[in-house]
Amino acid sequence: MELDREDELVLNGEFGETRRMMMEILVTLGKVFDAERMVPIRSAQVSGASYKTIGEYGLQWIRGLDARAAVPAILNPVGMDRDRWREMGISPEFAKKQVEVISAYERLGIRLDCTCTPYYLTITQYGDHISWSESSAVAYSNSVIGARTNREGGPSALAAAIIGKTPYYGLHIVANRKPGLVIDVDGAGAHDASWYGALGYIAGKEAGNRIPYFRGIRPDRDQLKALGAAMAASGAVALFHVEGITPDSRVFSYDPKGLETIPVEQKEISDLYKDIPVDAVAIGCPHCSPDELGAIAHLLEGKHVKKPLYVFTSKAVAGNSRSFVEIIERSGARVYADTCMVVSPCMDSYLAVMVNSGKAFTYVPNMCGAASRIGTLEECINVACS
Amino acid sequence: MIFRGRGIAKGVAFGELLVSPEPISFLSGVNPETGEIVEKGHPLEGQDLSGRVIAFDYGKGSTVGSYVLYALSKNGHAPLAIVNTEAEPIIAVGAIMGGIPMIDRTGVPITQMKSGTQVTVNGDTGEFTYEGSIPGVTSKE
Repeated sequence: MELDREDELVLNGEFGETRRMMMEILVTLGKVFDAERMVPIRSAQVSGASYKTIGEYGLQWIRGLDARAAVPAILNPVGMDRDRWREMGISPEFAKKQVEVISAYERLGIRLDCTCTPYYLTITQYGDHISWSESSAVAYSNSVIGARTNREGGPSALAAAIIGKTPYYGLHIVANRKPGLVIDVDGAGAHDASWYGALGYIAGKEAGNRIPYFRGIRPDRDQLKALGAAMAASGAVALFHVEGITPDSRVFSYDPKGLETIPVEQKEISDLYKDIPVDAVAIGCPHCSPDELGAIAHLLEGKHVKKPLYVFTSKAVAGNSRSFVEIIERSGARVYADTCMVVSPCMDSYLAVMVNSGKAFTYVPNMCGAASRIGTLEECINVACS
Repeated sequence: MIFRGRGIAKGVAFGELLVSPEPISFLSGVNPETGEIVEKGHPLEGQDLSGRVIAFDYGKGSTVGSYVLYALSKNGHAPLAIVNTEAEPIIAVGAIMGGIPMIDRTGVPITQMKSGTQVTVNGDTGEFTYEGSIPGVTSKE
C-alpha cells in the first residue's frame, strides 16, 4: 500500500507507540482488503464502548493508549445512561467499570456522546469519507446521506479516529456501491417508520450482505433510518438505495436490469404485526430524532402510562428537546440517553416488549430474552397507557 | 522448507506448530486467562495454544475476539505466532494489539502442515520456515 511520508514516519514510531500501533492496524487492514492507499476521513464513530462487551481486557487496552483523536469522534451506545444509571437499576460495580471505559476514551479525545445516531451530532455530507462502526449508523450514513464508510470494528474505528485516515477499499470506492439485487415493494400500505422497520426485517434476510435497490416506496428520513437499521440487523446490509429518493440513486441513475428481483407484498409486512400481550414498551432504536421525540410528546400529552415506557435518544438530542422530554416524562415514561433497549440490561426482566423498530424487533428476543412485538408509534403509546 | 507468505503483524517467532483443521473463534472459543481452546466439539478442544505457533485457515465469530488476543498476550498465554490461509480483520487486528507475529498466504495448505513441527514465522517479511517436508508442495527458495 502506498503511504505518504508522514504516514511512514508514524509507522516507524516517530510519533509514539500508540500512533505506531494504530497506523499498523490501518496498514494491515489495507493489506487484508488490498487497498492501494489511505483516504482522509471527516469523522469516526467508535464501538467497543460497553464494558459488558469489551470487558476488563478491552478496558486495559484502551487505558494503555496515549494519543488524541485527529478528527471528531464519538462513541457507540453503552450499557447505561451516564447520569441516571441508578434509577435504571444498574449495579454500582458495573457503573464504575462503565465510567472507567468512557473516561479512558475521553482521554483519547473521543467525544462522550454515546449514540447510534452520530449523524444528528456531526457534520456529515454527501461524499464524505468516514469510519463508523454501529451497523444502523453505517447504513444511514452510506445510504441516506451518501457518505462513505465500511462497517468498522472497535479498534479499527479508534485507529482511524487517531490517525484521521482509513484504508481506501470497500464502500469508500464508488464502483463498489452499485446495487446487487432489486426489492420491488407493494408500497401502497406504507404508513409509519414501524412499517419500514418491518419491511427492513424481511428485506435484510433476503439481502444478506448485498446492496438492495428498492422500488415502489417513498420513505422520509426517519423511515429510511428504520428501514436501514432493520436490514443491518436481520441481514448485514451496510448500504441500500431507494429509487428516486436516496442520493446515490439520483446521482448515478443505476440500471437494475439483470439483477435478481424479489417482491415484497403488503401481507408479508402486515403479518408481522401480532397482537400479543406485553409488559413493557420501548421506543428509540435507533435513537430518536428531535422530530420523533416531538411525535411521542404529542401522543403522550396529558396521559399517564400504565406499563413501563422507555424512550432512548442521545444526550445531545435530549438536551436540545427539553420541552418534549418533560412532556414525555410527565406521563411516567422515561427518556434515557447513551444507551438503548438492545445494549442495556434494564430490559432483561420483561417477558414481552413492544417496539416500533424492525431492528429492536430482531434483537430483543436474543439480547433481552423477551418476546418482541412490533407496532406503530401510536399503538405503542396506546398499549403503554392501557 | 522455506515459503514466502505475506507479513500481517510484525515480529519474528520460532517454535512448535499447532495446526487447527477448523477456523477458530477467539471470543467464545479460547479462554483468555489460560490459552486453552474451550469451544465445544472443536478438533483442538482442551489444547493449549500458549507458546505455540497456531495455524488455521481464518478467524470466525465476533469482532470482540481481537481483545481476547490482547488479553492472552497480557496474561502470558498468547500463541507465539499466527499462520492463516487468508487473514481477516478480527485476527489481524488482535495480533497487532497483542504484539503477536502473523503471516498469511504461505502457499501451504493448512491440512498439509503437521502439529509438532518446528517453524519460524517472520511477520516483517512474510517468510515461513518449516522444519520438515510437505508432500506435493515445493519450497519457494
